[in-house]
Amino acid sequence: MYKYNDFDHAFVTSRNAQFREQVNRRISGALSEDEFKPLRLMNGLYLQLHAYMLRVAIPYGTLNSAQMRQLAMIADRWDKGYGHFTTRQNIQFNWTKLQDVPDILDALAEVEMHAIQTSGNTIRNVTADHFAGAAADEIVDPRIYAELIRQWSTDHPEFQFLPRKFKVAVTGAKQDRAVIHAHDIGLQIIEQNCILGMRVIIGGGLGRTPMIGKVIREFVAMDDILPYLESVVSVWNLLGRRDNKYKARIKITIHENGIDEFSRLVDERFALIRPSFQGFDQTLLSEFSDAFIAPKFQRFDLSAFDARYQGDPNFRSWVDTNITAHKQADYAIATISLKSHGETPGDASSAQMRRIADLAETYSYDELRISHEQNIVMPHVQKAHLPDVYDALRAIGLATGNIGLISDIIACPGMDYCALATARSIPIAQNIATHFDALKLEHDIGPLKIKISGCINACGHHHVGHIGILGLDRAGIENYQIMLGGDGTETPAIGERTGPGFGADEVIPAIERLIHFYLNERLAPSETFLECYRRLGLGPFKTALYETEQSKARANAA
Amino acid sequence: MTVIINDEGLSTPEKEITYERADTLNKATCALDISADQDLNALSDYLETLTLIRIEFASFADGRGFSLARILRLMGFSGHLRAYGHVISDQYAMARRSGFDDVEVSKALATRQPEAEWLFRSNWSAHDYQTRLRKSA
Amino acid sequence: MPRPIFDQIITANALLAGDVVYFTAADTWTRDMQKAEVFSDEAIAQVRLIEAMAQANVIVGAYLMPIQHTKDGHAPTHFREEVRTKGPSNYAHGKQEQSHV
Repeated sequence: MYKYNDFDHAFVTSRNAQFREQVNRRISGALSEDEFKPLRLMNGLYLQLHAYMLRVAIPYGTLNSAQMRQLAMIADRWDKGYGHFTTRQNIQFNWTKLQDVPDILDALAEVEMHAIQTSGNTIRNVTADHFAGAAADEIVDPRIYAELIRQWSTDHPEFQFLPRKFKVAVTGAKQDRAVIHAHDIGLQIIEQNCILGMRVIIGGGLGRTPMIGKVIREFVAMDDILPYLESVVSVWNLLGRRDNKYKARIKITIHENGIDEFSRLVDERFALIRPSFQGFDQTLLSEFSDAFIAPKFQRFDLSAFDARYQGDPNFRSWVDTNITAHKQADYAIATISLKSHGETPGDASSAQMRRIADLAETYSYDELRISHEQNIVMPHVQKAHLPDVYDALRAIGLATGNIGLISDIIACPGMDYCALATARSIPIAQNIATHFDALKLEHDIGPLKIKISGCINACGHHHVGHIGILGLDRAGIENYQIMLGGDGTETPAIGERTGPGFGADEVIPAIERLIHFYLNERLAPSETFLECYRRLGLGPFKTALYETEQSKARANAA
Repeated sequence: MTVIINDEGLSTPEKEITYERADTLNKATCALDISADQDLNALSDYLETLTLIRIEFASFADGRGFSLARILRLMGFSGHLRAYGHVISDQYAMARRSGFDDVEVSKALATRQPEAEWLFRSNWSAHDYQTRLRKSA
Repeated sequence: MPRPIFDQIITANALLAGDVVYFTAADTWTRDMQKAEVFSDEAIAQVRLIEAMAQANVIVGAYLMPIQHTKDGHAPTHFREEVRTKGPSNYAHGKQEQSHV
């Protein structure tokens, strides 16, 4: 794992001292709320419905056990004993107080963590494939490059007051687990003529105007990547709209100017910027490569694993669902589900965090990952240890075998916490998970991604859910729109809106109609919901969705 | 009344400077005022004769001025660059790192944000990832 | 000015704790909605809102919220304000927690 050097330590220390001063100046009145707001946001601090919320960066989703234990300590000491893992590989503390935040930031710095640029109109925490370094289909560990981009974007003097937020995701694999087509910039590491570089995808994003990103450059060599990114952000900083925040994201800038014109401006800027990078970034890259070197994997006797797998159907089900193939045959990538049926998606108690830290230390080379799907990953577990890991997780209520299934729901905090939300998301997720668990249908339904957002900003990624749910406020009542066929992987698609929304108590029956329709129509159990949808199209699903008398009438009226 | 801020602290402008706007720019122009939407290519023929360019920040939340300063430096402007308007002390390091020499703010803003707050950020060349990443291998 | 359909009170978040507060007739802030000053007249409400917003050293984001009168005192008319009044639905945290203590 990357370790802070003296430079990183000194930087975070001075940054925390600055924020402590800013808090004092806000309290004294030297800073107005208007001035303080962007400063606190660029340090991860929101004011939500009930309290301040601190969003802490987990760079490219990687954590060690000491960091996880410190997060648990923070949850106990300054919050209400839990944390919420988010769709951008961050953790949020929902109940902090303004005057405590400088101390929390100092506690984070002790374990080489911070909350810098997790919000605000800045380049946000860089995310990466949560299976980085462990996946079988990877060219190179993307975290090496994500760390370089983290350092480049951190406190970048030109880019702290951008037109709007700017999100970057990196993957080193063919299979896209980092949703790179729905980011302002998505980077896919590729090899061309034995040289490593990146395919650059630009202008993707969800929110009010969802768009799938476009390729702006098929290949940018690694030593050009920072100046290229800087050129893109510099062009957008000047060209992006500042008169309307709903039109400020780079996707709109590109839509309004055309990708060819935008690309021409970037090339022009690149010619100016490239000579200012004289090579130390590449020296750093080779240092980072050492930091992310894979553990020395060994071969093991698997007879104990095989015996338990054959003999224990619960264990077998968990393995079949939550384990992903590791690049080394005797190892496994184990995903710990934070989606126990009926619980809040992405939440972990401080006790659970500590136990997971212990497990990482004992069984996963001291490494954990946070996935954008709000689960925790143990990236390198010997298969022989899986029975012990499973038993330990069961003891703390985290052995739910539902990864990729209907109850593995992404949900934003919604109106239970968020000041921007228009409806609640958490209770909808809880109810769907509980309902289909009671029916014992979820394994029969198979792979299905439900994603729920409590407002149009789409933190819950509803546009790329196979079933997406968007909570809105319709004349003072919560109302939920359903969209179908979204896909956040390497075959990206924005879901199609089905029609009029549903009241909170109508959502479960609506989802159930869709599921029953799918189960009846699928050609074989191996045909997934998404494949079935792509074969049949929106029409028949829509008919099934609105087939009750009451909702038929509403659909006709709309 | 305005106040100039640099690494030494606050000072009052010594003399009245007459700034011209881009539409009257000519080879005899010394000091130029530009706003955040200025097309910098229109200035390229004058960068050797201009001695002072002042970039206006209508709002501190509008960060275009930082990129304009950086681009002017990369285009070869070696004269004086001044950030003018609603710039807060928390942005002083950003301004200096982007290529500005100093900042000009209203007396009212300087009263609310006194000298100590600006001097607190005068060590702008320390802890700078950008300089570090750019240096030679 | 016409009388609004609902009476109104002023709410905000406390600067330090960040929690939900309401403006009182004594120009102070209370955690208890029942102690808030109630406005039936829109013009008076607007004047008081300006006075409330001037207390930027103790609160953030003051605004007027409509209320309805129930047998238990005044209550929010919108579900967003209900959530702010009680706390989240997934845990017994926030104001609902304090009222149990």
